[in-house]
Amino acid sequence: MNANPAIRQEASSPQTSQPVVEAKGLGLTFETNDGPVRALADVDLTINKGEFVSFIGPSGCGKTTFLRVIADLEQPTAGEILVNGMTPEEARRKRAYGYVFQAAGLFPWRTIEQNVALPLEIMGYSRAEQKERVHRTLDLVNLAGFEKKFPWQLSGGMQQRASIARALAFDADLLLMDEPFGALDEIVRDHLNEQLLELWARTGKTIGFVTHSIPEAVYLSTRIVVMSPRPGRVTDVIVSPLPRERPLDIRETPEFLEIAHRVRDGLRAGHGDD
Amino acid sequence: MTAAAGTAPAGATTPFFRRAVEGKTLPILIVLGVIVLIWYAFTVYLNAPWQIDAYERAGTEWTAADLVRDTMAQERPVLPSPHQVVAEIWKTTVGTRLTSKRNLFYHAWITLSSTLLGFVIGTALGVLLAVGIVHNRAMDKSVMPWVIASQTIPILAVAPMIIVVLNAIGLSGLLPKALISTYLSFFPVVVGMVKGFRSPEAFQLDLMRTYNASGAQTFWKLRWPAALPYLFTSMKVAVAISLVGAIVGELPTGAVSGLGARLLAGSYYGQTVQIWSALFMAAALAAILVGVVGIGQRMVMARMGEKP
Ligand SMILES: Nc1ncnc2c1ncn2[C@@H]1O[C@H](COP(=O)(O)OP(=O)(O)OP(=O)(O)O)[C@@H](O)[C@H]1O
Ligand SMILES: [Mg+2]
Repeated sequence: MNANPAIRQEASSPQTSQPVVEAKGLGLTFETNDGPVRALADVDLTINKGEFVSFIGPSGCGKTTFLRVIADLEQPTAGEILVNGMTPEEARRKRAYGYVFQAAGLFPWRTIEQNVALPLEIMGYSRAEQKERVHRTLDLVNLAGFEKKFPWQLSGGMQQRASIARALAFDADLLLMDEPFGALDEIVRDHLNEQLLELWARTGKTIGFVTHSIPEAVYLSTRIVVMSPRPGRVTDVIVSPLPRERPLDIRETPEFLEIAHRVRDGLRAGHGDD
Repeated sequence: MTAAAGTAPAGATTPFFRRAVEGKTLPILIVLGVIVLIWYAFTVYLNAPWQIDAYERAGTEWTAADLVRDTMAQERPVLPSPHQVVAEIWKTTVGTRLTSKRNLFYHAWITLSSTLLGFVIGTALGVLLAVGIVHNRAMDKSVMPWVIASQTIPILAVAPMIIVVLNAIGLSGLLPKALISTYLSFFPVVVGMVKGFRSPEAFQLDLMRTYNASGAQTFWKLRWPAALPYLFTSMKVAVAISLVGAIVGELPTGAVSGLGARLLAGSYYGQTVQIWSALFMAAALAAILVGVVGIGQRMVMARMGEKP
């Protein structure tokens, strides 16, 4: 809808605008006992390589569903979607993305390093490579030294970092995150946001990020997708003029507040519809 | 008390006693003491009519003290007294050669061996059925009703048939008895493991899907470890019920050895003391078996990082 070419070019990484996710007229209707639920309708959106795209909107507007469609965990009922130029299923089979769920969901019977090694074991990496990658990704999320701990020995924030490490351990260029910091307190969240930006800058990954928090969306994203419910659709796409380098106190600058304002207006407009 | 104890501050007690008071030991001992007392009371009460009869037939004078003493020392009491049972157990375990057919340990071993064989087969069968039920819709629909139906038939009705049928095809001895244990013990394992294999949450299964994990990988890395706590819980039930199965299996075979055979022989000849000592041996065996499974559970769970 609003993802017109001008915006897309502006938002894309400096090199070429190589699309990672392309949705056209995407729709998904759940058939439930109480009748059909239109979770997504007419979603047109392109996410380019190296972008950080946030999805924000009221509960039930289809944010999770959209991420799950990209991940081939849900099948669209209308329109089409390509991930790295392939169908979501092909992309999933090629392990094109890492998915971070709202709950850290670490396996309680595995230590932190064993949890991070889980995808590596499944994908058949050699022992030596597993070790090296686990070490590297735990370093990346500042969890070095906690390898041998079990999940219950870590705080909620540390568990969530471990689950991010798990999604980073293999070579997926796309990271899909569904409210990964939703259950954490403000201070921990600020800290993890900072670390996530740093990680994004260092790895050059493409990130799709669902959140309920306006400051979080504005602070992290190069582009903010505002959605509205019943049916779930994209109502606004806001390109962030903020530089890629963002200290935490950027949140007090007028530019930041202005984007936050636009996002809030977009959310209000979406609410006004029903 | 010694001089040393005398110098200790008032109220100081020995570590053992303190442990007993603070821990679970004291309450358990109290309950045990109460049970034994009630038992003694019933011994006197239940055996008194026969004893009074006996006095009258012999024409002897008797006092209440005589009655209490004699009701606890009958040859074939309605209810033997605790010390009679303890003495019988002592006599038939420590007091008899291990290889002797009169040794209670020998009989316990016979029952134990078929219990264990039946339990191992039953657990394996239960796990396999659960794997099938969880992975196959048709099996889920078709097998589960039969599993449940199998347990609605009283084992006492099934046991003789199993023995007879197996004897007819030339199987006798340990295996038929063990199969009765299997018949009972596979059930809690199937039910527990179906629940266990289904215990991973939807998003954990989704996670495996995002890794494009194969069915086998999802099973071994997610379903199986998630089901292990359920396995141990159902194995505790299964091992106890296996013992019941082995004892029941000894009844219709006319077996001469095993705890079931001792129970049967005891009731033929009115040897209540023998019945009770066999019962206690069976109870002790069950407690040990459940305890061993519990120790295995604790060791495995500790390795799997369970919160202590
Ligand atoms: N498996 C399902 N079956 C039926 N309806 C579903 C299913 N999953 C989601 N829905 C419905 O689709 C709509 C969108 O759900 P979705 O989870 O994508 O919302 P969301 O934007 O992620 O909300 P939240 O912010 O609360 O997480 C909701 O109305 C929801 O009830
Ligand atoms: Mg959601």
